Parts: sequence; structure tokens; C-alpha cells
Amino acid sequence: MLEVSPEVEKKLNEIFSNYIENEGNIISLLQDIQGVFGYIPEKAVDWFSKKLDIPESRFFGVMTFYSQFYLKPRGRHNVQVCLGTACYTKGSENILNNIVNDLKIEVGETTEDGKFSLEAVRCLGACGLAPIVVIGHDIHPAVKTKNVKKILDKYDD
Amino acid sequence: MKKQVRSNIMICAGTGCVACGSLKIREILQGEIKKHGLDKEIEIVLTGCNGFCAKGPIIAVHPDKIFYEALKPEDIPYLVEEHFIKGRPVQKFMYKEPEKKLAIPAMKDIPFFKYQVLRVLRNKGLIDPENIEEYIARDGYMAAAKALTEMTHKEIIKVVKESGLRGRGGAGFSTGLKWEICSKVDSDVKYIVCNGDEGDPGAFMDRSVMEADPHSVIEGMIIGAKAIGAHKGYIYVRAEYPLAVERLRKAIAQCYDAGLLGKNILGSGFKFDLYIYLGAGAFVCGEETALMLSIEGERGMPRSKPPFPVHSGLWGKPTVLNNVETFANIPPIILNGADWFKSLGTGKSPGTKVFALTGAVNNVGLVEVPMGTSLRRIIYDIGGGIAKGKTFKAVQTGGPSGGCIPTELIDINVDYESLAQVGSIVGSGGMVVLDETNCMVNIAKFFLEFTQAESCGKCVPCRVGTKRLLEILDRITRGKGKDGDLELLENLGNDIKAASLCGLGQTAPNPVLSTLKYFRHEYEAHIKDLKCPAGVCKDLIEYSILEEFCKGCGACIRVCPSGAITGEKKKLHKITTAMCIKCGACFDVCKFNAVKKE
Repeated sequence: MLEVSPEVEKKLNEIFSNYIENEGNIISLLQDIQGVFGYIPEKAVDWFSKKLDIPESRFFGVMTFYSQFYLKPRGRHNVQVCLGTACYTKGSENILNNIVNDLKIEVGETTEDGKFSLEAVRCLGACGLAPIVVIGHDIHPAVKTKNVKKILDKYDD
Repeated sequence: MKKQVRSNIMICAGTGCVACGSLKIREILQGEIKKHGLDKEIEIVLTGCNGFCAKGPIIAVHPDKIFYEALKPEDIPYLVEEHFIKGRPVQKFMYKEPEKKLAIPAMKDIPFFKYQVLRVLRNKGLIDPENIEEYIARDGYMAAAKALTEMTHKEIIKVVKESGLRGRGGAGFSTGLKWEICSKVDSDVKYIVCNGDEGDPGAFMDRSVMEADPHSVIEGMIIGAKAIGAHKGYIYVRAEYPLAVERLRKAIAQCYDAGLLGKNILGSGFKFDLYIYLGAGAFVCGEETALMLSIEGERGMPRSKPPFPVHSGLWGKPTVLNNVETFANIPPIILNGADWFKSLGTGKSPGTKVFALTGAVNNVGLVEVPMGTSLRRIIYDIGGGIAKGKTFKAVQTGGPSGGCIPTELIDINVDYESLAQVGSIVGSGGMVVLDETNCMVNIAKFFLEFTQAESCGKCVPCRVGTKRLLEILDRITRGKGKDGDLELLENLGNDIKAASLCGLGQTAPNPVLSTLKYFRHEYEAHIKDLKCPAGVCKDLIEYSILEEFCKGCGACIRVCPSGAITGEKKKLHKITTAMCIKCGACFDVCKFNAVKKE
């Protein structure tokens, strides 16, 4: 078993106590883990695998099937560029390319300073505002390629 | 009793308007109203999505239903003073008709609203979705009460079956028939599931219903549960819709408090518990067998049918799965009867349908129209025509499973049969309008990229076939298309449709096949002339600066991310093609149309 610190162990135990009430669904378990840690640490999978006697392979099978789960830590600000139909037809691919150029990372990566992660998503259902970029919880509507830098610069920590 | 007020200000708090700052508008409105001592007379209500998403933030002032759009925080003090103190509605914040720019004050006169018939969206913009009393005040839970206390399960099924309601998730199967089959299966446990995994890109009908009127979905589920004899239900919502999840959670909690969920609902002896399940980002989970596996906590991979879920569904028990919009249709059918429902729509597709109208139209938003309404009415009257003076090229319906309908077919009626005849589908209701700046080959590639990435990989035709289709399309958009590619696309596409396991693969080639049918010349231009007529495909276009228009303002130099543009101030600028990454930023920023794309 991988080492876990007492703090982490406490958090894992809290998640575990909710899980019993959750009818044994490992998707909601993984969602809870990600809610606490921001991603799914390998240690947490190891811990729950032993605790629940569920093979790790099942956890990884589910984690890699659903796009919502992150196996690596994310940046402080998660940048989601919508590539849904409405946004795409209004040029969101160019916006994504500009962000890639600006942050110097590819989709799925995190900047070296841990500030931004970049994700391309398929439709967030805010098509009336297309094209949109979502950073953290902020929705930036009707983004233009020339404004990309200005938007990113607003996030300074 | 609720207090009587002179006027209600309904502020749209749907995702779109919130993103445009509607909560800030509310805050300032509250302050201004209070400042003028009007807070006893005027009540501010946050509503769900109003549907006119492109014009946010939106408010509607009742009882006159004066509609204000695109408000900014600094507009509010003036608005309050003029409208609420002096009684003069403010024209400059109203909707203007696109041609003559005349202000239209009342919602009912604005073409976007005028041609809509609201049944599913009956409460949109009228109630606070987080307040069960407001739903009840608009006949909410009357249908559930009628179904639970006055009707047998057979009577419920009979009305729903006679109404002719067909599943609004895309397949269009008779809802009443589905319920009837499940009700006849003998089992101690049955489930009813609401499919809120609205994955089609460009579609947000279900999101709006769940956000604006969550109780209508819950009420539909209670009635369905009684019809089939289920005592447990699940609402499966995609994780990308946090606001919908929050509103549903609140609504369910209110129902338990009000005795509308749980044991002995409304004293009828009927027991029903409802749970929410969050998806985790997988398009294929919108397919019913995959969705159920996902609720069970597994990888959501579809299985072959039969057995159908009505016989063996969630945890192997008989299960009815319906779409959000289908459930929201149920309460008025129970209250008003089957004939009322059939009074709108076509013979085979009765009722109304909600569409998410997006893309190149002026009025982007959510529209509900009777089935059988013409595409022209939806795009030109409700949608206000094509934006920015461009021309209509095609409309894509039904998302990644659907197809593109060209200009010459704009007068067809929108219903299940008519759209199927021209190679598209109603689907869940996405409607993306395309203009001449959209490349049809690129659009087909876009959808294939999506379905290919979302294919679960279980069956070979879908997993490998979509990959190969995508490779060919990619080749064509890069100017490397070959003779015979188009025939290969058609053959392969038809094989994938015939051999795939679930709806994802069976429909994935549709965008390719329908664009090949109506826009073959565009494919040929890519392959034979190495040109992208719409100027989209990067490998087939080049940017240059037109000498006669360039003013040397430097805007393009500043915006170019790769430093490919050079030139002194007030002198002709130049693009070094070798350094150009073809992002189009210069084209967008130039005010003098001096950047040429060909």
C-alpha cells in the first residue's frame, strides 16, 4: 500500500463515510475524490481499492473512460475552450489555437508555473453566447481572437 | 397568501444571462428600487432561461410584459427612474426589429416570441424555478394529483398513448407504448429514469427545461412512475450542467417537504423516491443501455438490444427511460387530455418541439414550435434571418447523428418523417444554421472528430470505421484528397451505419453522407481544384494584404501571434507567408477589409 499522510487519510475516510450512503457507485466515489483533491491521486485509488476490495483496474477503467476525471493535478485556473457546434462555427478553433500559442501548452497540459490548464470541451450548452471560453467558473461570452490575451491576463495569481 | 405587488421584474437567470452579468443587474436593480422606496410595490424575481439567450441579460416587466435586452449595470438607474417612477418605458433598451430598427416594447409582439407556442416551456420566464409555490400556482402538480388519486395506471397509459407523444430524445418512439410494455412486465422492482445527458453539441433544450422548470420534469416522472409501477427513479444529468443539478436538487428537496415525493404521496398511498445521478463526461452515455451502466458505476458501453430496458434495464430490472422534454410534456397531457395535445403538430408527430437555434442567425436561442412548422419560419421569422448580412447555406439538425439541409429545402416542415426523408433527423432538437463562411467538408469533419472521440470502442465498425472516415476527411481538407475518396466515404459510411451496435455508430456517418449528397461540389473543389470555397481549411488558403485598402494602421501587426506581419506605420504592411500560422486574427481585426483570404 502506498504511504498516505494522516491528513490525507482523514480526507479519504470522510469520502469513505459518504460512499456507504451512495449505494456503492464508484463513479460518485471518484467524483468525490476529485472534488477534494482536484484530481484523482494514485494513492487514493490504492487506498480505496484495499479498503473496498475492488481491483484498481476497475477504478482505472472507469477513470479513463469518462473525460471528467483527471489523473494529474490541474492548474489553478482551468481553461475550457468550447468546441461545440455553435462555438465551432463561430471560430472557436482559432481561439483555441491562440490560447495554445499564448500559454505555450497543448490541450490537456498545464503551464509550468501551475497557473493554467487547457482543455477543449464539446458544448457546455451556452450556445447563445458562442464562442465561449470558461475559466474556472467564469464564462466568457462571445470571445474574439484578439481578446484572448486580455482575458487570460485578468487571472494574475 | 403572497403579497400583492404593482409590478414584477423577471430577471433571466439562465446560464447565458448569468454569464452576461444578470446577477449584477439584479443587485443594482434591488438597490435602485429600494433607494426610491419602491420595494413594497415592485418585486424582483429570478427566473430560469427565457430562451432569448443572445440578447442577455434580459428582463421582462410584468404585468405589461415589457421586454428589455442587453442591459448593462450603468443603464439601471436611468431605467428605474424612467420606467418605474415616471412610468415611461425606455425605448433604447428594448428589442429593435433588425431592418427598420424600431423598438418593440411587448414580448408578445417580438417575432422571436410571437411565433412560438409554449407547452413544454410553459413556465419559462414566468416563475422562480427555485420556488415550488410558484410552480404550483401555475397548475403545478395538479396533473400528478389527478393521476395519483383519480386515475388507474391503465387510464394514465391510455391518455399518453392516445396523445401520440413520441420520445423527444431523438428516436421518436411512442412514450405511451413504452410505458404500456413496461407496465405489463411482472417484476417486484421497476425503475423510471430521466435522461438528462444532453450530449449533442449545439443543443441546450434539456438544460433550459431543467434550469427553468425542474418541477415539470419531476411531475412527469411521478406520473410515469405510477403508470409503470416504479417506486424509484433517477435523473441522470451531465456534469457539465452544474446549475441544472443545483435546481433539481432544490426542487427534489422541496417535493419531499411538500409530500410530493416519498411515502404516501398526497395521501394516495403511492410511494416514489427520486435521486440525481451525475454523468462524468461521456457522450455515449446518452444511449440508454450505456446510461444505465453508468448509473451502476461502470464504464458506459452500450450493449446489444434486445433485451430492451423495459424488460431488463437498470440492475436487470424493467426500466423506462425518457428524455427531459418528454417528461415535461406529460403533466399538461394528463390535465388537458389527448385531443388537446394532438391539436398541434402533424398526424404522426403531434405536439410541439423545443429547438436550440444557434449558429449564423440573428436571434440565437431556445424556441418551441408546433411539429410541422417550416424551417423557413423558424430560421427567418423566429430566428430573424441570417446575421451580419450573410447568406443562408444550410442548417444542421440533430447534432452529430443528423445531417445538413441545404437552401433549396428550406420550406420543408420540421417533423420526424419529413426530416428523415431528406437525410437528416429531428434528433434531440439542435439546429445550427450555417452561412457561406462555413465549409461543409470541415463541418462533416468536425462531427466525425466528435463521434470518433466519443466512440466507446466496443464494436469494430464504429471504432475503426469512424477513424478511417475521419482520416479521409482530414486528407481532403489538407488538399491531399484522391480520386475515389468520395465513393469510399459513401461505401464506408453506409457500412458503418449497417453494422454498428448502437445509435452512435449507426448515425455517425450521417453528417458526411448528407453533406456529400447536397454539397458534393465543395468536396470536389477541395480534391480537384485544391480550393476551400468557404475559406476555412487552412492548408488551402493564404492570407495577403491588399495594397489599395491597407492604411498602415498596425492593428494586424499587434494582433499577429507569430510575428508574420511587418510594415511601418502608415505604410503598406506585408504578411510573410512562411511565418503565417493562418489563425485569421488579422482578417478579423482589419477595419478596412485589407486582409485577403483565398
